Amino acid sequence: MKPTPSQTVGPFYGYALPYPGGGELAPAGHPDAVVVHGFVYDGAGEPVPDALLEFWQADPGGGLDGEPGSMRKDQVNRSFAGRDLVRFTGFARVATDADGQWAVRTFRPGATGPGRVPYISVCVFARGLLHHLYTRIYFEDSASDPLLASLEPDRRATLVATAGPGGTHRLDIHLQGERETVFLEFR
Amino acid sequence: MPDSQGDIDREIADIATAAAKAVAGGEPEPEHVSRDYPPYRSSVLRHPRLPLILTEEADTELRGPVFGVTDVTELDRDLTRHHPGEPLGERITVSGRVLDRSGRPVRGQLVEVWQANASGRYAHDRDQHPAPLDPNFTGTGRCLTDDEGRYHFTTIKPGAYPWRNHVNAWRPAHIHFSVFGTAFAQRLVTQMYFPNDPLFRYDPIFNSVPSESARQRMIAAYDHDLSSPEWSLGYRWDIVLDGPSATWMEEGR
Ligand SMILES: [Fe+2]
Repeated sequence: MKPTPSQTVGPFYGYALPYPGGGELAPAGHPDAVVVHGFVYDGAGEPVPDALLEFWQADPGGGLDGEPGSMRKDQVNRSFAGRDLVRFTGFARVATDADGQWAVRTFRPGATGPGRVPYISVCVFARGLLHHLYTRIYFEDSASDPLLASLEPDRRATLVATAGPGGTHRLDIHLQGERETVFLEFR
Repeated sequence: MPDSQGDIDREIADIATAAAKAVAGGEPEPEHVSRDYPPYRSSVLRHPRLPLILTEEADTELRGPVFGVTDVTELDRDLTRHHPGEPLGERITVSGRVLDRSGRPVRGQLVEVWQANASGRYAHDRDQHPAPLDPNFTGTGRCLTDDEGRYHFTTIKPGAYPWRNHVNAWRPAHIHFSVFGTAFAQRLVTQMYFPNDPLFRYDPIFNSVPSESARQRMIAAYDHDLSSPEWSLGYRWDIVLDGPSATWMEEGR
């Protein structure tokens, strides 16, 4: 069957898609929690304040089964109840703020198989972007990852987060321009 | 000088002519938008110029997040019941199936919608269209698909609204949809349109999908059997998720 075409998320998703705690995959204060963060930039180098990012990853043991509860709802008043602090759902969703910045608190994904290099899969939506884009966040460069190995060093660098103080990892996403992020397709 | 509708019309027509020529020359009919679509001015600096990288090592992207009854409430699917009073406008029911490319239902997955009210105004602070807000309508809904991949919403028909792409730019009435498949690589955010909207030909977002048959796949059908007597008018719209072949060959999920 022929697929339904994509259309832009537009400017007004903000009261519909982001939800409180959307970026909190790991409980605050957990010793293994890391913060992954960055900016989204457009082709003029300007931060994009109306992008929406989704993250999907393996659990720390490399499991990809996921668990429900990313968007738990209070069944009494329809408000968001937050994750249950027990199940690791593997999914996060955050909008960029007015500065074009985003942050997610999570656990580092485990390897999904022998010799696999762990990464977080990222899906990017934005006003002005007619069809979402996929990219990845790796925590270190590795020649044993087939995707990283296939890229020139400067392109490869767009997928590898830079470790900062206090368990933070930064990766900026450039939708266009000299430092354009590597975006992926799957077939 | 700001662009006129005539300027946008010409650009849309030129791109459509080039696309038709490519198809006549043997290129396959395009199934998706072109991210680089200058008539939609905001796309100019927000699309990659380099080609996407095809990657076959994609175990994570071939799986995806799971949602369950804990992630929705029964009331979430009825956008007309989120406030004490009834919203203004034409009450409609919107229903259809979420399928993968081989026609199999996508079961138990999350569908989210958001839309303007009957006057064409979003319950969003940055929407400054001087049309009335409706205290009885927010315009967001969600549900899980059933075992046949079916989703179902009760809402009101959204109004057309102006935007600032060019002078006298108006969006055809639409409902925004966000849909998950079984694989993250099947993710879809799109817009559902209503049949015979006179604004289609003027809208660069609708026309960013270069082929007529693909554009038709974004338009719901009026379905009299979905209408409820003395209650609501029914629209049917099936959604087909694209995705890597490894996803749609996989059995049992
Ligand atoms: Fe809209």
